[in-house]
Amino acid sequence: MRLLEVRAGTAAPLGAGALASDGMRDKELVECLRRGDEQAFAEIVVAWSPIMVRIARMHVSTDASAEEVVQETWLAVIQGLPRFEGRSSLKTWVLRILTNRAISRGLRESRTTPMSSLVPPDGAVDPNRFHSADESWPGHWTPLGRPAPLADDPEGSALAAERRAALVAALQCLPERQRSVVAMRDVAGLTSREVCAALEITPVNQRVLLHRGRTALRTALERLHRRGEV
Amino acid sequence: MAGAKEHGGELSCQELVELVTDYLEGALDERTSARVAAHLADCDGCADYVEQMRATVSMLGRVETSSLDEVALAELMAAFRTFHTDQRG
Repeated sequence: MRLLEVRAGTAAPLGAGALASDGMRDKELVECLRRGDEQAFAEIVVAWSPIMVRIARMHVSTDASAEEVVQETWLAVIQGLPRFEGRSSLKTWVLRILTNRAISRGLRESRTTPMSSLVPPDGAVDPNRFHSADESWPGHWTPLGRPAPLADDPEGSALAAERRAALVAALQCLPERQRSVVAMRDVAGLTSREVCAALEITPVNQRVLLHRGRTALRTALERLHRRGEV
Repeated sequence: MAGAKEHGGELSCQELVELVTDYLEGALDERTSARVAAHLADCDGCADYVEQMRATVSMLGRVETSSLDEVALAELMAAFRTFHTDQRG
């Protein structure tokens, strides 16, 4: 059987739709893999690994350890396939193994690296940026609290790379579940359905975690820009 | 209230920032979504806030990561082959 050809190696988030393995096709794929079909295995490894590295990298401290987590995940998939019951899609199952491994690897690393010593960004927007209840226009931005447009970083510039790195550092300080959701949705470009399935959470819960995570990262990004202006 | 009108209707900015993700996700009911849209049309501060959220998301999508190299891919293929050879044998 032929699966979709998807090229690896792109830094852009992959549209997950092309890889959504649904119903019959997923069953066929699992059957092929169980029979030892090397081409089928090569295709999913090439197609899914870039997304997996992106997700893993948000939990661990180096590119090398993200790659290792992905490799270990595939080895676990090879070993576990005979027992895979197909209650979720294959991709969901792979992403679940990956996330669990990446998180525990990150936990081990954070004991030895200064990653967790970074100040975690605040979740909500500072209430002092809004007029209080006893002022006119309660709940509206104060002149000083009002957000300003962020200056564009020229793509490919050192500053842009630096800010992206700082954003990743802030992401790594998020609580585990927020980190998982933001990594899968925004860094890896998965759909909310895929994320809910992989993390076994409800759509509402997924949005709450996404909201808290994104809000904290927006705060971090805004601070980076303000610092840059000084 | 003139103040609220100027700032875009009944939603306050502080309420709006908590609805941004649901709004961007298309998860709000029609009425609330319309209130958010109306507020954004009138309030530059919130429009900039939403823009900052979008910028954050888009920047996360552009984070550069490495990928598995040829050696790693070859190791995985070998592991797959060995596993299935052992199973048959």
